[in-house]
Amino acid sequence: MDVAIVGIGIHPFGRTPARSGLQQGAYAARLALQDAGIEWRDIQFAFGGSASAGSADALVNELGLTGIPFINVANGCATGGSSLISAFNAIKSGQYDIGMVAGFDKHDRGAFNADPKELGIGQWYGEAGLMMTTQFFAMKIQKYMHDYNISTDTLAKVSEKAFINGSKNPNAWRREPIGVEEIANSMMVNNPLTKFMFCSPSEGGVSLILCRADHAKRYTDTPVYLKAATMKSRRYGSFEVFAPSQALQQVDGPTVDAAKAAFEMAGVGPDDMDVLQLQDTEVGAEIMHMAENGFCEHGEQEALIQSGATHIDGALPVNTDGGCLANGEPIGASGLRQVYENVLQLRGHAGEHQVPGDPKLAYTHVYGAPGISAVTILQK
Amino acid sequence: MTNQVPIAEGLFTWPAAKPALLASRCKTCGIASFPAADSCMACSGQDVAVEELPGRGTLWTWTIQQFMPKPPYHSNETAETFKPYGVGYLELPGGVRVEGRLTENDPEKLHIGMEMDVVFAPYRTEDNGDEVINFFFQPVA
Repeated sequence: MDVAIVGIGIHPFGRTPARSGLQQGAYAARLALQDAGIEWRDIQFAFGGSASAGSADALVNELGLTGIPFINVANGCATGGSSLISAFNAIKSGQYDIGMVAGFDKHDRGAFNADPKELGIGQWYGEAGLMMTTQFFAMKIQKYMHDYNISTDTLAKVSEKAFINGSKNPNAWRREPIGVEEIANSMMVNNPLTKFMFCSPSEGGVSLILCRADHAKRYTDTPVYLKAATMKSRRYGSFEVFAPSQALQQVDGPTVDAAKAAFEMAGVGPDDMDVLQLQDTEVGAEIMHMAENGFCEHGEQEALIQSGATHIDGALPVNTDGGCLANGEPIGASGLRQVYENVLQLRGHAGEHQVPGDPKLAYTHVYGAPGISAVTILQK
Repeated sequence: MTNQVPIAEGLFTWPAAKPALLASRCKTCGIASFPAADSCMACSGQDVAVEELPGRGTLWTWTIQQFMPKPPYHSNETAETFKPYGVGYLELPGGVRVEGRLTENDPEKLHIGMEMDVVFAPYRTEDNGDEVINFFFQPVA
């Protein structure tokens, strides 16, 4: 049984003091139902996640108590991707005809504050000041720049592009372009990454309605098919966040594994993709994830980014809605935002951030602690 | 005399004439892991033995932590006295790459591949006067 996405809804990302995270989730859910032309009582099941804004299944208090199974999903930054895979499989198996995926969050300002005990690491690791995701990202791109000759200017160009795209997206948080020099010269956070090269925790909500593909036309004239949804955790030897030690021999990370599995499931390859949303927790992540997902060779990013290939009108458009850099990262909603954006792109409804040329295939990728990746491939 | 306690039991030998980081090595596949664990992350084997890691290695990658982390970060610093600190992975030959704080925080003085020693030094002082000892990586003089 193939699976289609027939309804999408989003609550603008950023800061919304007047609404709780749950209310932002409900706002997105109602828009998704409206988009599919259905009522909440038509939904047979739901998967959802929120890291800091309460249990996702509390959404039923807002939407109505209909008795459906609503399962909470918690998988770090890959929460949205994991919810989507769960819903995908629930329909693919034939168990249900139509369901909802929901994600929302509302985080405090400042860097995420992880607890070593929750990840099976000793308390000393946090006490000593090593329990910081920002350090991992900085050390990974530091090594990568050394090995593959990526320049500091290229780091800044990734942020510049993100803020340009954000300025074209009415639902983005950061909507003002920022110049390369200002990005490069902003406060150093973790060398070589400055303040404007990192995304920030934020708020927002996204909801998607999925159904069996042969029912899709009942709900929409423009169904988008979920051709693949995969999720992988780290294997021994991959260099990952929150690792007190790592192997002397490195192997490919979960992103490489999830990407390969997704291309195999969909029966397509990286060259077939028309638009990409790649986890850009910071600029280095976007650069490295271009190669890890198979869209270029290691080191080719320098020329690709300098030539503008990753811009909306380029040959390899990446993070057309501004990505995490311009939207911030509400953990529960972030991966679903990428899918929302790709549905817009494939419907041709992305407005000022629409990629040209009638895109047919679109790709999403999330990465999260402690070393997990989820990928989707959408086709219209 | 000040009482010195390690930041965590089992991370390194303490007290010792020549302290060393402690790893577990899997007797099945030969892989070492830090901190020492009861099972092997590489092959799931449970037949492991604790051994001392070498005291000198090469810097595999690094960064500088420029802002003071929130708790569980626990030093004696305040927002006013916080000093940026280096963090890196030290590749210990025949062992594993261990993550730790660097004694150096000047980015101009750090580069991938440089030799560093594992050193043990006071990290903070507890309310009862105990000095908490942590491990650090220090450029070879």
